[in-house]
Amino acid sequence: MRQPKFGISLLVAAGALSLAGCGEEKKPEPAKTQAQAPAVPTIEIKIGHVAPLTGGIAHLGKDNENGARLAIDQANAAKIMIGGKLAHFELLAEDDQADPKVATTVAQKLVDAKVAGVDGHLNSGTTIPASAIYHQAGIPMITGSATNPMLTEQGFDNVFRVVGRDDQQGPAIASYLAATDKPKVVAVIDDATAYGQGLADEVAKTLKAAGIKVLAREKGTDKTTDWKAVLTKIKGEKPDAVFYGGMDATGGPLIKQGKELGLDAVYAFGDGACTDKMAELAGQAAEGMLCSQAGIPPQAASRSFLDAYKAKFNTDPILYAPFTYDAANLLIEAMREAGSADPAKYLPALHKISYMGATGRIEFDAKGDRKDAEITIFSMKNGKIAPIAVVKSGKTMTYDEFLKGMGGAK
Amino acid sequence: MDIFLQQVVNGLTLGAVYAIVALGYTMVYGIIQLINFAHGEVVMIGAMVALSVINLLADAGLPPLVVVLTGAACAIPVCMVVAYAMERLAYRPLRRAPRLAPLITAIGVSIILQHLAMLVWSRNVLAFPQIIDMRVYTVAGAVITNVQIAILASCVALMAALAWLVYRTRLGTAMRATAQNPQVAGLMGIDANRVIATTFLIGAALAAIAGVMVGTYYGVAQYTMGSILGLKAFSAAVLGGIGNIPGAMLGGVLLGVVEALGAGYIGNLTDLCSYPVISGWIGARCAGGGHFVLFGSNYQDVFAFAVLILVLVLRPSGLLGERVGDRA
Repeated sequence: MRQPKFGISLLVAAGALSLAGCGEEKKPEPAKTQAQAPAVPTIEIKIGHVAPLTGGIAHLGKDNENGARLAIDQANAAKIMIGGKLAHFELLAEDDQADPKVATTVAQKLVDAKVAGVDGHLNSGTTIPASAIYHQAGIPMITGSATNPMLTEQGFDNVFRVVGRDDQQGPAIASYLAATDKPKVVAVIDDATAYGQGLADEVAKTLKAAGIKVLAREKGTDKTTDWKAVLTKIKGEKPDAVFYGGMDATGGPLIKQGKELGLDAVYAFGDGACTDKMAELAGQAAEGMLCSQAGIPPQAASRSFLDAYKAKFNTDPILYAPFTYDAANLLIEAMREAGSADPAKYLPALHKISYMGATGRIEFDAKGDRKDAEITIFSMKNGKIAPIAVVKSGKTMTYDEFLKGMGGAK
Repeated sequence: MDIFLQQVVNGLTLGAVYAIVALGYTMVYGIIQLINFAHGEVVMIGAMVALSVINLLADAGLPPLVVVLTGAACAIPVCMVVAYAMERLAYRPLRRAPRLAPLITAIGVSIILQHLAMLVWSRNVLAFPQIIDMRVYTVAGAVITNVQIAILASCVALMAALAWLVYRTRLGTAMRATAQNPQVAGLMGIDANRVIATTFLIGAALAAIAGVMVGTYYGVAQYTMGSILGLKAFSAAVLGGIGNIPGAMLGGVLLGVVEALGAGYIGNLTDLCSYPVISGWIGARCAGGGHFVLFGSNYQDVFAFAVLILVLVLRPSGLLGERVGDRA
């Protein structure tokens, strides 16, 4: 009995609000909008974005979502025409809690909501199972941060990624470590997730190939905060370097406890622990750590993106926002080129796309991986990670050289 | 040997914290046979309150130890209020209900507290301010920090104080009487509700201190930190014999040490290449110092719980538990 009444009153309230909104703000151009509205047919396009918005890496998830949201808002403001219709994009932002089980549920939810494309997910462990669901539904998905090679090795033609792969990132940080710090013994630890383990495997492989002794793999979980037992064991084998494949929430305690135990080594991490948060969590202990990020640092993204992000969210992008921004724009651009938001029709356009995004030119290879993806090496200096080198197609150059190569404009 | 000693030092620190938290579980269970699953959340709230207070005072120029102690001093009353409210609102109305009802309520309270904390302190992993200067001492090859020494010393002091309270004071006598038989204790003029509420308050104070210790030790705090810690402490209480106070202390320390040793050695123990007979079969993987590890150190919890199961199979009432008859 109560519900209908409540519904009506809500409707009334909503109507009143929207009327009020029109009256107040759009005074100068009511005639124009009224004249245009009936003439141009419009099309509603839903784009999904998935990342963990709760849990230990919620800050990274929100950053990813912000990137996608910025792209969608800009596309709406630009009044893009798709197949002769004025496109209005809507972002369906979902939380997968970094949990593979939740990820598949959320993926199904987006498929049921008939999204035209998906920007996500954040973690490799969630993206891989979700990709199968998007594949069945024929919905294109572009991830801006899942770096596990397996994702694009499944042979799905709807799966793309705009960042580098772990098998590029792993060798890059490992060869940098081998070349600059020349360790004799390296301990490799991972957090037993698809991401951490994949990255650690690649690092171990490259180090072994360079003739460096790699200790038996130690593992934690993605919730481990007590690394003392593992580090104590490792300390007995006196490694010159420690590599950890995992996120900052667990990597911070790891480096802090390692230094406490007197395990003096070079600490190296993958992109998940390549954030300023490491210094916050580990304090002085994080100083001098090395880490890598697939792609280029957020601060090397295009100026226009950085300014727009700062203006909209009043903060700087943390990690992958430029990539999820590009991913959303790629979906929109492919739809525009194909003149359709129908996945079957714009998917071929996505395969052939050549697009200048916030992270540089983007083209895909046959598997859906980005061609010539860069990997950047960082070091912690005074509590902030600072880029020190860029590895691109097997070649290492210092960060300054790289910026010069990009024309110094960025 | 120094590695072994180091693992024992790590384990003792961890175990001391488990013991302090386990006391909260065991005292409440002993007195009203309720497994208070929200107890881990009280630890988390203690850590969070202390974190906020320490952050506030960080720039005030006070000595670091004073700041941390102030943090703990603020966390204790807050945790006591939370625990009192929890007992008064969620458990007391269900005192006469079937035992499953308060158990489910406890899980509900735990979820509510966790999400309230998420609203207040955000869902991010927060950095617990590291204001105490880390000093490292080397004893017989093992490294021990001043924080670890402080944790161990305060845990021993707290356990001694609690033992004195329970076995040497009128309040303790009342608590033990209520635990044995609430009706008869009531006939003797003991206000059971007051005794039960006091038990919750004591447990909460211990939890608050444990929260500050965990935060200082690991340098991180998050709204989810209480659940796994609570589970471990609960296991420690069961290991020692739930309802038994010395049992919780023993169980906590034992679980900590077993966990540390497990994490340190499970990889070596299950490395098939270290067994000559088996390494012959899988020759290629072991060649040149290779490894074939079945269970890595990420199985440290499995190792700890396997020990728990083993103890419970051999001694169902726990190491120091008695009175099996009247328990479910």
